[in-house]
Amino acid sequence: MEWEPVIGLEIHAQLKTRSKIFSGTSTAFGAAPNTQASAVDLGLPGVLPVLNAEAVRMATMLGIAIDAEVAGRSVFARKNYFYPDLPKGYQISQYELPIVARGHLDITLGDGTTKRVGVTRAHLEEDAGKSLHEDFHGMTGIDLNRAGTPLLEIVSEPDLRSAAEAVAYMKRLHALVRYLGICDGNMQEGSFRCDANVSVRPRGREAFGTRAEIKNLNSFRFIERAINHEIERQIDLIEGGGTMIQETRLYDPERDETRPMRTKEEANDYRYFPDPDLLPVEIDRAFIEEVRATLPELPDAKAARFESAYALAAAEAAVLTGSRELADYYETAVEHSGGQAKLCANWVTGELAAALNRSERNIDDCPVGPRALGGLVARIHDGTISGKIAKQVFEAMWAGEGDADAVIESRGLRQVTDSGAIEGMVDEVIAANPEQVEQFRAGRDKVLGFFVGQVMKASGGKANPKQVNELLRKKLAG
Amino acid sequence: MHDKSIAEMSAALAGREVSSEELTRHFLARIGELDGALNSFITVTPEKALEQARTADERRARGEAGPLTGIPMAHKDIFCTRGVRTSCGSRMLDNFVSPYDATVVERMSAAGMVMLGKLNMDEFAMGSSNETSYYGPVHNPWQQDHVPGGSSGGSAAAVAARLVPAATATDTGGSIRQPAALCGVTGLKPTYGRVSRYGMIAFASSLDQAGPMTRSAADAAWLLGAMAGFDERDSTCLEHPLEDYPALLDRPLQGLRIGLPREHFGEGLDAETAAAVHQALAVFEAAGATVKEISLAHSMLSVPAYYVVAPAECSSNLSRFDGVRFGYRCEEPVNLEDLYKRSRGEGFGAEVKRRILVGTYALSAGYYDAYYLKAQKVRRLIKDEFGRAFDEVDVIMGPTTPGPAFRIGEKTSDPVAMYLSDIYTIAANLAGLPALSVPAGLVNGLPVGLQMVGNYFDEGRLLGIAHRFQQETDWHRRTPPGFA
Repeated sequence: MEWEPVIGLEIHAQLKTRSKIFSGTSTAFGAAPNTQASAVDLGLPGVLPVLNAEAVRMATMLGIAIDAEVAGRSVFARKNYFYPDLPKGYQISQYELPIVARGHLDITLGDGTTKRVGVTRAHLEEDAGKSLHEDFHGMTGIDLNRAGTPLLEIVSEPDLRSAAEAVAYMKRLHALVRYLGICDGNMQEGSFRCDANVSVRPRGREAFGTRAEIKNLNSFRFIERAINHEIERQIDLIEGGGTMIQETRLYDPERDETRPMRTKEEANDYRYFPDPDLLPVEIDRAFIEEVRATLPELPDAKAARFESAYALAAAEAAVLTGSRELADYYETAVEHSGGQAKLCANWVTGELAAALNRSERNIDDCPVGPRALGGLVARIHDGTISGKIAKQVFEAMWAGEGDADAVIESRGLRQVTDSGAIEGMVDEVIAANPEQVEQFRAGRDKVLGFFVGQVMKASGGKANPKQVNELLRKKLAG
Repeated sequence: MHDKSIAEMSAALAGREVSSEELTRHFLARIGELDGALNSFITVTPEKALEQARTADERRARGEAGPLTGIPMAHKDIFCTRGVRTSCGSRMLDNFVSPYDATVVERMSAAGMVMLGKLNMDEFAMGSSNETSYYGPVHNPWQQDHVPGGSSGGSAAAVAARLVPAATATDTGGSIRQPAALCGVTGLKPTYGRVSRYGMIAFASSLDQAGPMTRSAADAAWLLGAMAGFDERDSTCLEHPLEDYPALLDRPLQGLRIGLPREHFGEGLDAETAAAVHQALAVFEAAGATVKEISLAHSMLSVPAYYVVAPAECSSNLSRFDGVRFGYRCEEPVNLEDLYKRSRGEGFGAEVKRRILVGTYALSAGYYDAYYLKAQKVRRLIKDEFGRAFDEVDVIMGPTTPGPAFRIGEKTSDPVAMYLSDIYTIAANLAGLPALSVPAGLVNGLPVGLQMVGNYFDEGRLLGIAHRFQQETDWHRRTPPGFA
């Protein structure tokens, strides 16, 4: 039987507010345990939450960006359960009336077609703290720095049909929240994490199969592997005569498997009810329009502009607009290259991307800044250096030897365009290789390449290749 | 000195007839001498009090004193006080020293008032007799084998016995008004949102409201002015402008329209209490007010609605007491579940557990609609009914309680009988309306109270009406035997 996977994702995006969602405490990552936990975050007796308006604004931004309804009235509810890193014994979340509902996001599939994925809802909630099980000799340490960090939980429709689609959706959303500047997207620090609901059904059948929820997937690679593994597990189970039970499973990246955490029967009854400490959030049209006016250019619009303004191919524009940082980098480079859009695109997607990849760096901590790269491209364009020498210059720039001009100067890489000097070298090479001269004159055009190579070698790569070519043709033709 | 009103004490301080330190020492001495019989204090803070008193005297010497500067008072032990144990009447918080001050505490300090200590109360404010306190029952100063009412029993008893000139209290279903009635003092529950709840340990968040407990309406006006007002730390606190309550006390009663809900004078009301209330009403009529019977049929559903909403909210509010970060933790927990079960099992008393269980049940999947949601709908009906009543009358009056104080132990085995002692007070909490209780007579040597419920933000009007009543009567000046 042919099986069709059905996947829906719940993505938790940590919002980039300066303070927590219900207190004035800083949200900065990495502080010593419990130093960013105020009376409110600790859930001390008598404290009360006060909603951070910035979190509401950020949720509204996402709502607008995914063409969703931003609720005129949304309500915070308490999700009650006991856990040591949940200070109040309940999490303040949204339940029946979320702030954002019914949006969508378009993803590009492997075959180049576009698929629209529904977003059921996005709601605001507070994060819990962390339980630390190591270093406490059989005890558990609690760090409440993260408690109260604002999260936007973005829930997709079960519209995804493969692990690859799930990853494409997640990447798209990842890029979007970063474009919007509402989430730093740092998956290692847990700023952007995902739970996946996975089920399988015989292809052609409409009813969904029983699903399993896989918790806490914090890299694109793990999501793909975990979902694929889970799909296989479910198919094997059903084909082997077993029955799926609804359960929550945890992905173990070290063993590359999912294992059960709890079944539906063991699930908590969260006893949701509207939080009486908080008033309903009311958002009017004027606020939505005000937020809309502040939205940055979004990925699709930017890619379209890149295609037309910089005469780029669609695929190139898509790559360059993959993240806001990369797009900004590219545009700054173009500006400093004297408008060499195409050449800049080649460099950014070529040499630069390869170097970043090799050194496992992101564009925002790239040692060669966009102005510097633009400067390098400008030197190629004005003939100061050749494309080949430029790679050498780039490596030196990467190693911190300064900008393009400084490297060209200090290493003496300026292209030789003095025709007298080039002519001298050409003459020497011709004189030293009479055999090849004969071959060329006998009609073997390919030998020209050999002469070019010899002259370039003699010049230390600095001779202008175009001039070398012209001179060689003239002289060899005799 | 201890029988003076706040205005008189303020004048004596201003006239340098007495210093705050002397006043403070006087009340501390009375507490030391008399509270053994009452148990109204959980914690007395003499050193801190004297330090605050000296600071108040210095402020006065510099000419920076306000009307309340240097006047002693005490807080119900539900308000967080920095550096002082804040127990909420529970074993759970017996070891809890708050690192911060509640907004109410902060404002009382800012006004220069001197805190003498923390007052006894029913555990987590759950009770109507002050018998659920971990620190033992409070005794009614009028007859010490009787309860003072609850949950603010310590506040009421201490004010009645002149151990403090004034106290703070809180009211979720009648916890200011009912003990005020049973101890013969004046207690005001303001409009929900009038006073900040920040730092006031939550019982039922949508109902809890802090207010003053004093010997007279005039004193309450002074306290309310100092404690009320917007607080950005409480999202449910309202930005409604404050009135100058003490300045607005003298309002004529001529033409005042008083509504008497017939349901509050029916079955279950003690005959002598009813007689006292009718006598009080005659005072208003004599002063030119008109009295009209009204119906608050829905408000008779307030007890069952309340005993769904309040436990539901409490079951969630009290989840933070888990033995992990503060408060009581059981000995040698073997694992997490054991830590939770025993810390909560040993830390909470029976009434608190009863309400957590009821509330947890009411919020459970499959029961939420039938209980919590239904109760919230009843609440809306009650609110609307009050709205219609206030189209016809200015104030609603009746008995605060069905009868005077009962004996200690009399109702502890019958929770429903205990719950019914709040039958006339709960509706104002469900609707969020301001309400107060004033002493209106003595029945067999025990005080009874007259309740007045006003429209939203009518605290000033209620205090004015109560003040006029107290100009015509002297029930509020009566002192329990042995506490003169």
